[in-house]
Amino acid sequence: MSISMTPKAAQHIKRSLEARGKGVGIRLGVHTSGCSGMAYALEFVDDLAPEDQVFESEGIKIIIDPKSLVYLEGTELDFTREGLNEGFKFNNPNARTECGCGESFSV
Amino acid sequence: MALLQISEPGQSAQPHQHRLAVGIDLGTTNSLVATVRSGVPETLADVQGEVILPSVVRYLPEEIWVGQAAKNSAAQDPLNTIVSVKRLMGRGLADVQQLGTQMPYHFVAGGSQMPFIETVQGPKSPVEVSADILRVLRQRAEDALGGSLTGAVITVPAYFDDAQRQATKDAATLAGLNVLRLLNEPTAAAVAYGLDTQAEGVIAVYDLGGGTFDISILRLSKGVFEVMATGGDSALGGDDFDHAIADWVIKNSSISANLSPAEQRTLLDRACRAKEQLSQEQQVVLQFGDWRGDLTRITFETLIEPLISRSLKACRRALRDAEVEAQEVQAVVMVGGSTRVPKVRQAVAELFDTEPLTNIDPDKVVAIGAAIQADALAGNRQDDGDMLLLDVIPLSLGLETMGGLMEKIIPRNTTIPVARAQEFTTYKDGQTAMMIHVLQGERDLISDCRSLARFELRGIPPMVAGAAKIRVTFQVDADGLLSVSAREQSSGVEASIQIKPSYGLTDAEIARMLEESLTRATEDKNARTLREQQVDAWRLLEAVDSALTTDGERLLNANERESIEAAMLRLRAAVDEQDAGVIEQRIKHLSQVTDAFAARRMDDSIQKALAGKNLDEIET
Repeated sequence: MSISMTPKAAQHIKRSLEARGKGVGIRLGVHTSGCSGMAYALEFVDDLAPEDQVFESEGIKIIIDPKSLVYLEGTELDFTREGLNEGFKFNNPNARTECGCGESFSV
Repeated sequence: MALLQISEPGQSAQPHQHRLAVGIDLGTTNSLVATVRSGVPETLADVQGEVILPSVVRYLPEEIWVGQAAKNSAAQDPLNTIVSVKRLMGRGLADVQQLGTQMPYHFVAGGSQMPFIETVQGPKSPVEVSADILRVLRQRAEDALGGSLTGAVITVPAYFDDAQRQATKDAATLAGLNVLRLLNEPTAAAVAYGLDTQAEGVIAVYDLGGGTFDISILRLSKGVFEVMATGGDSALGGDDFDHAIADWVIKNSSISANLSPAEQRTLLDRACRAKEQLSQEQQVVLQFGDWRGDLTRITFETLIEPLISRSLKACRRALRDAEVEAQEVQAVVMVGGSTRVPKVRQAVAELFDTEPLTNIDPDKVVAIGAAIQADALAGNRQDDGDMLLLDVIPLSLGLETMGGLMEKIIPRNTTIPVARAQEFTTYKDGQTAMMIHVLQGERDLISDCRSLARFELRGIPPMVAGAAKIRVTFQVDADGLLSVSAREQSSGVEASIQIKPSYGLTDAEIARMLEESLTRATEDKNARTLREQQVDAWRLLEAVDSALTTDGERLLNANERESIEAAMLRLRAAVDEQDAGVIEQRIKHLSQVTDAFAARRMDDSIQKALAGKNLDEIET
């Protein structure tokens, strides 16, 4: 099992990183907050922490700290459009319930 | 379900705490909204995929149309379809009636100074009409971002005065938008190109839109843009290019110049399309009715030559106003659809001797800059110090000095955060306390400035006048909070106070205070001279008084004393009469009549110092 992303997500991340002009990759994380217990985080990465795990998918480095990894094993990052809104979505096989907003989940 | 965006390291928002911020270009002809998503600034489109919203509002009995649909109906329902409302923002009824000749609307006076436009939905103020446009953009942004907005940055022309800015703010509030800041359009364009991250330099923003031309000369220093000069032509734009082509068609065909409004519209649309094609191609075929003709780029360029010249003339005038040479301009930003015309670019490049910046869509560049600023202001990018520092102090901060004069410590337009200190001293012998009166304003007399606070520094050790060193520090933090502290250097006694300088001062009041400082400069200078003479007079009178008390009996005869006292009396009278020239004369006179007295006091104190000492002691 590992972490992956769709080509569409990769394309958008690549564009964002280029526009930003720096950054080694993208961090997927989990915070213990939100209405369903856990919340996803998606951030640019400039510096790696020693404990970080690095995956590569579609030519993009995905960085995850070990604590978050246990919740995210097997997750696929996708980029979707819903009406006018567009953004990233975590397809997380570990998540059992998601709150309506999709920003938090529990396992 | 909400979709995620990429945040800066360590900045990812808690769930439901996204700070959605947008930039809005509220234009005369067209309006746009943009935001920064995952670090990329982009304009937001409506359901049809249209990014540009025509700034046109049509009032129907039951409905309000905004945008293209309203624009299309302008011809059939001119009285209820409001176009170019931006030209009316912040104007009084009198100004508007002047413009009224070009506008078909029926204006009525409202309760305030504001003009109202009579529509089927009743009278509408320009602020309400603008709010209707903003409401559509706000809805579009909220649909696109999937949440309600934290705030918006709205752009305004650099030449907008305070009333026009306030009207824009009011429109935003009415539309339910929280205005993070109003940003000058040229500044927004410069920000879109990242020019704000450069250290300094002079930047020109050449904005040739559909109907208006604006040139702005900006100076950038330490991340702050200062508008040095603006200029332009409110009746020059891409529409004139279309008219030039249309006139050429009429001249070269047998078509009569008396076209119906519909025919005229068709001809202008064709002309517009030809103009756009000629930015890519060297030659296009134009068809109108039975007539067909070839329009080459070279002919087109000849047709628009006089129009481009007019814009260049305005540029030169703005450069002159800004007192900079064209060669000093380091970057030229192109804004407005008409800057796509290669000839325009070439002419601008020649004038400024530099290749203009064109790689961001000139229709979107202002909205994009506003979005970048909004993103920063909403706190979404506090990463690495390239946060924009666009905040400056609107009015100078200072304190009261003797004679009721304002001494500026932090001049206006200083960027915050800032700290400045200045040393002051005591005025009287043995003075043990000092009142610090903190003021804001540009005028010289404290009575014309705004009083912010007073506090007292006590416990100054008694010393002769002028010997104490009191360091007063003014500090303004990033939120505009002012703290003032005073410290006597030898004893270390200290006192301080915290004030919010802009509290309760509306933008209009700030503008009025600024304007007065300029229009009343001479008045202020005279007042200052008078106060300075008065202070000098008081100081001299004080000194002579104390000298008379200590040594008058011993060192002066009755005659001498009488003439000194007479001179003092005359000086006191002059101080009350408020004539700087007379005070100066009498100060001189009093100094003259006390010369001998002063010399005697000097001799006397030397004798006292020498008394009882022998020569050896003195020589060492």
